[in-house]
Amino acid sequence: MRKWMLLAALLVVAALLVSACAQRQPAGEAPPPAPQVTDDIGVLKIGPGEPVRLAYALVVAGPDETLGIDSRRGIEVAIDDMGGKLLGHPIELVGEDEGCNPEGGQAAALKLAADSRIVAVIGTNCSSAARAGVPTLSKAGFTIISPSNTAPFLTAPDRGPDFDGYFRTAHNDKVQGAVAAQFAYKFLGLRRAATIHDGSPYAESLQQVFADEFRRLGGTVTNQEAVGPEDTEMRPVLTRIAANKPEIIYYPIFIAAGANITSQARTVSGLENTVLMGADGMFSPDFVDAAGSAAEGMYLSSPDFEAFGAAYSDFLAKHQKKYGEKPLSAFHAHAYDAAMIIFKAIEKVAVQGPDGTLYIGRKALRDAVAATGNHAGLTGNLNCDPYGDCSDPKIAVYQVKVGEWPPKKVWSPE
Amino acid sequence: MGERFRAALRPAVVVGLVGGVMALLLSLVGMVNAFAGRPIITGVLSMGHTLLFLTALVTGMIAARRVLHASRGAGRPVALPGAALAGLASGFPLAVLVLVGQVVNLRAVLQNANPVLYGLLTFGRDPGAGLPQLVLAGALVGSLGGALTLLPGRVSQAVVAGLGTMLLTGLFAELLQGILWDLGVPAATTRLFMVQKGLTVAGALVTGAAGALVQAVWASQTPKVRRRLDALPPERRRRVNVALAAVGLAIVLWLPQVLGSFLSYVLVLVGLYVLMGLGLNLEVGWAGLLDLGFVAFFAIGAYTLAILTSPETGWLALTFWQALPVAVLVALIAGVILGVPVLGIRGDYLAIATLGFGEIVRLLVGSDWLRPLTGGSQGIAHIPRPVLGNIALIGPQQIYYLVVAGCIIVWFVATRLRNSRLGRAWMAMREDEDVAQAMGINLVQTKLLAYGLGAGFAGVAGAIFAAMIGSVFPHSFQLIISINVLALIIVGGMGSIPGVFVGALFLVAMPELLREFTEYRLFMYGGLLIAMMLLRPQGLWPEPTVRLELAESEEPEVPARVTAATSPGQGD
Amino acid sequence: MPGIRVARRITGTDVAIWVTGAVLITIVVVGSVSTLASGRYTVRHWVDFLVAGLANGSVYALIALGYTLVYGILRMINFAHGEVFMSGAFTSYFLARSLEQSGMLNARPVVSILLLMALSMATSTTVAVLLERVAYRPLRRAPRLVPLITAIGASFFLQYTFRGLYGSGVRGYPQPAILDGEWGVGAMRILREQVLVIIAAALMMVLLYRFVQRTRTGKAMRAVAEDKEVAALMGIDVDRVIVITFAVGAMMAGVAGVLYALMFGQVRFFMGFLPGIKAFTAAVLGGIGNVPGAMLGGIFLGLVESVGPTLFLDGLGIPAPNQLKDAIAFSMLVLVLIFRPTGILGERLAGKKA
Repeated sequence: MRKWMLLAALLVVAALLVSACAQRQPAGEAPPPAPQVTDDIGVLKIGPGEPVRLAYALVVAGPDETLGIDSRRGIEVAIDDMGGKLLGHPIELVGEDEGCNPEGGQAAALKLAADSRIVAVIGTNCSSAARAGVPTLSKAGFTIISPSNTAPFLTAPDRGPDFDGYFRTAHNDKVQGAVAAQFAYKFLGLRRAATIHDGSPYAESLQQVFADEFRRLGGTVTNQEAVGPEDTEMRPVLTRIAANKPEIIYYPIFIAAGANITSQARTVSGLENTVLMGADGMFSPDFVDAAGSAAEGMYLSSPDFEAFGAAYSDFLAKHQKKYGEKPLSAFHAHAYDAAMIIFKAIEKVAVQGPDGTLYIGRKALRDAVAATGNHAGLTGNLNCDPYGDCSDPKIAVYQVKVGEWPPKKVWSPE
Repeated sequence: MGERFRAALRPAVVVGLVGGVMALLLSLVGMVNAFAGRPIITGVLSMGHTLLFLTALVTGMIAARRVLHASRGAGRPVALPGAALAGLASGFPLAVLVLVGQVVNLRAVLQNANPVLYGLLTFGRDPGAGLPQLVLAGALVGSLGGALTLLPGRVSQAVVAGLGTMLLTGLFAELLQGILWDLGVPAATTRLFMVQKGLTVAGALVTGAAGALVQAVWASQTPKVRRRLDALPPERRRRVNVALAAVGLAIVLWLPQVLGSFLSYVLVLVGLYVLMGLGLNLEVGWAGLLDLGFVAFFAIGAYTLAILTSPETGWLALTFWQALPVAVLVALIAGVILGVPVLGIRGDYLAIATLGFGEIVRLLVGSDWLRPLTGGSQGIAHIPRPVLGNIALIGPQQIYYLVVAGCIIVWFVATRLRNSRLGRAWMAMREDEDVAQAMGINLVQTKLLAYGLGAGFAGVAGAIFAAMIGSVFPHSFQLIISINVLALIIVGGMGSIPGVFVGALFLVAMPELLREFTEYRLFMYGGLLIAMMLLRPQGLWPEPTVRLELAESEEPEVPARVTAATSPGQGD
Repeated sequence: MPGIRVARRITGTDVAIWVTGAVLITIVVVGSVSTLASGRYTVRHWVDFLVAGLANGSVYALIALGYTLVYGILRMINFAHGEVFMSGAFTSYFLARSLEQSGMLNARPVVSILLLMALSMATSTTVAVLLERVAYRPLRRAPRLVPLITAIGASFFLQYTFRGLYGSGVRGYPQPAILDGEWGVGAMRILREQVLVIIAAALMMVLLYRFVQRTRTGKAMRAVAEDKEVAALMGIDVDRVIVITFAVGAMMAGVAGVLYALMFGQVRFFMGFLPGIKAFTAAVLGGIGNVPGAMLGGIFLGLVESVGPTLFLDGLGIPAPNQLKDAIAFSMLVLVLIFRPTGILGERLAGKKA
């Protein structure tokens, strides 16, 4: 009996000792800095023949997965465009699901942060996941670029050190919502607007920006309604809106619910001639396909693709060839650009040893991304600001014509 | 003679074709493709192929068993050929797919029927050479499976354990390398066995052998140890138990140090689900009140904590410790409030009523209406971290201890409750409400206490969750959480407290560790639920009384199975 | 046993329950009165609400029939029924697309829609029968919650199987031109697609009702529902009856799938989950296990979701009430269950352990 007790006590002591030792060890971040490269937050060493490891934290499973799969495909096409190689090293893409919620974002971030061989992370898709996950990724020393976070606070000047190394190629809600309101009020000359959101932070904040701007311009907002992202029967909410006779309905939501609103709006009495307008969450041929003929003539705001039409249609062709279908959602191009910005930045800062070993300073990489200027991306001419906004804030409004994709640009501010 | 063999082999072909259809399904949903890039043994075996081989292996095992069974021992000489035949047959649907795919563009409908898949199925050769190889590989693996069935129990258990260990270490090679590094094992040593993702050939052999050895030793020594323990006088046995518990606790407390922050996070999640599971177990397992909306109380705990502590809401900005009891209390009251209207509702009606309650709570906290209070779609952020003395519990490695403390307290409360007057009242109510009432049990009070206490447990989990994540959004409180909690207590064994722990490990930790396989997580989760319920309907760690009841009710099954196995037209 | 219920004196519970019910009713009444008094919505609007609710409710009712049939016979919630519905609709999409490309869809719409329904029914039936054979039959003697968990597992498994097979995007379901447009009489306006949905659903339900009431198989089903063992003793092949029940429920779901796709114009692997839960709710509302109850419950639910948000909440000044339509639906469910614990048409199960 004594023996058992003794053994137990010994084990406890041993466990505590080992844990004390384990704590003293530096966690993760293994490779000793190469003599010629130093960096404030660490240097990543990639041995000869080893891959450059790029990670994603996107929502690739569950009800919102089209958003993440779409972005991931953008990254994959970008890797193909690099020939799968960067400075003689193969590019490897690893990733985690962020679930479009904060705990998913945190789990994905923690799992990625445990892998010190990752050079940069593309993600997250959802702002809620970013809020919980980015601080962890930032602490791990990664450079993070989101293809689709649009919540204003992520790149606000007071975002704090938790968000160091975070960038985005998606446009801030503040820009797009305001552009839509100006288009409706100034260009179309409409004075009564209704909005619908789907309970996602993205859509809710976008419609709020729209409503505020529309009111500021002097218009009236008749309804601010909401539906569920999986709702299909939209006639009741549209009937409510019809009772207040708006001239335009603005619903910056996603494909499924957006298509239902579009196709049903025309069948609700009082809304036969109301202008319909969506945002980039619906800027996809799938949306037009799902909404059918009702989408004819409606407006969508989206990044101004006009100047980059050739590159984008090139992208679409590659996408079609690789996946056998059209892009699933709106942020594939942003993801492509995010990946390209990272590749260009790595090419700029990586130091190559004589045997082909790459040394990448993590802080240097962040600085290089922050210094991105005039990057000719699919989504525009990208310039990063000190707080991580890299998007080309040029938003244009497009008018949908069934059977034609991409739609024709009808307006852009200035 | 030949006729008899043919009759014995027929089930093998059927099993083989079923296995082949499974393999076909796995290929067509894209798993084989997606896993092909993931090595188990680097350069030798990818996970995609492993998946197919495992299917053939299991097919072979089942086929051998069926053959043995079908001919009541007479089939023994043909069991091995039967397994090989089944493995062979399991390759056929795949071969047909590849052949059809050469002619017809299946991709227009089935997105994964693409040349990449065909390439994998033919081992990168043209179909003429690759397909025979595929079918033969199936036969080989199938006969291996058959051999496993025929070998003496101990040997085959050891082999299975060895293969399993090898696969798991290969699968989690990356995580293991991180752990070994933290433990101070030099990278050079690790490199001998594992490279980046996956094992080396040496690593595969070593881990396989180690797994087999441990299993063999375990199988031979456990009965002896148990016998010696049983022989001890009760007092000394108790001391042994105390010592074991101390060791267990020490390991539990030590874990986050070695596991690193991601695995600690997984354990924290497991802990939170254990808290919820214990709460729901009390409602469903003991009191027999089905609840599909348990997430409501988790959400209420989380939101209450968020509202009280976050400076964003401009309320009280309490500390975590001040807000925690309030959060638990609010959850508890919510439980009672839910309990009142559903008092008169029974069984499955209760399932949907409670499911509704969960949805109502989620919709309300995310609504524009309650936006001033709960932040609506934008949620509540900037929830302060708990501070203990001078230590801020920032990351999962620190929150872990909070969760462990919570689990221990709740576990203690739960075990005490179970053997209390109240616990017995719950179980009486579960068995028969009317009789329980006739015996003088106050149904109202008993039911409301079950709802309230269960909800309180979930409230603890919710509060810790909110503090760990630092923000709450309505999106985090979906129906799937309720489903997961219910599933874990059933998978663990209904009513059983240790079952909750086991169930949480299976249904929370596994999917989280497999996060990498994102798109197939829920596919595997669904398949796992079905398989577990089919193989162990009583749960992984059933409560002793349930174990007895099930053993009784299972008896009449036996003759049914025999008739099923011997009737000829079984392929339907 | 019902005697106990009758003889019971009024307890604190009853008071508490009735107070809850009264509170809910008060909210509904006050909200409705103030909405109507505000005069913001004309008769025409209300008619639109009702028609939309009726059409949506018809689809719920069709799916609910599958839940109710299976429940009536096995006392088991087939949680995966929503996925049975999805499987048919999603599969028929590919046929619909090729019909559209060949011009058949608009040239011979009736034949096309019948073809689509046939394919959808066949797929749904296959899935349901396989499901029963693989996942449910071995567990018929297991404790009640075990098949529920299997069904939940099957629900995820099927969702993600079809996601893997057909892809994860939203697919636009081709619409025959004949369904565009509307008919109107005075304030009453109804879309052609809604007419199709309501009539087809009603027809299917009548057929099913007659099948269950009149045919030999229907009688066997009812016998099995009453008592499996006695039915077996009477020479009824219980396994066969159960398979038929699953198949019939799945056929209803298959038809519902095509109607749903025609009404909303899109299909997706996730499309079955929510309607599945709604249909389950509808079945419970009507009294689970009861065929007319499922129809009634479905239509009631459709109407509540459509009319409820505006009627009950608008007058109370709650913003964006349609966001809360499911909350209203579930509150109505609780309200109904408070006064009728086994649903609108449910049998009195006082003594039985439901």
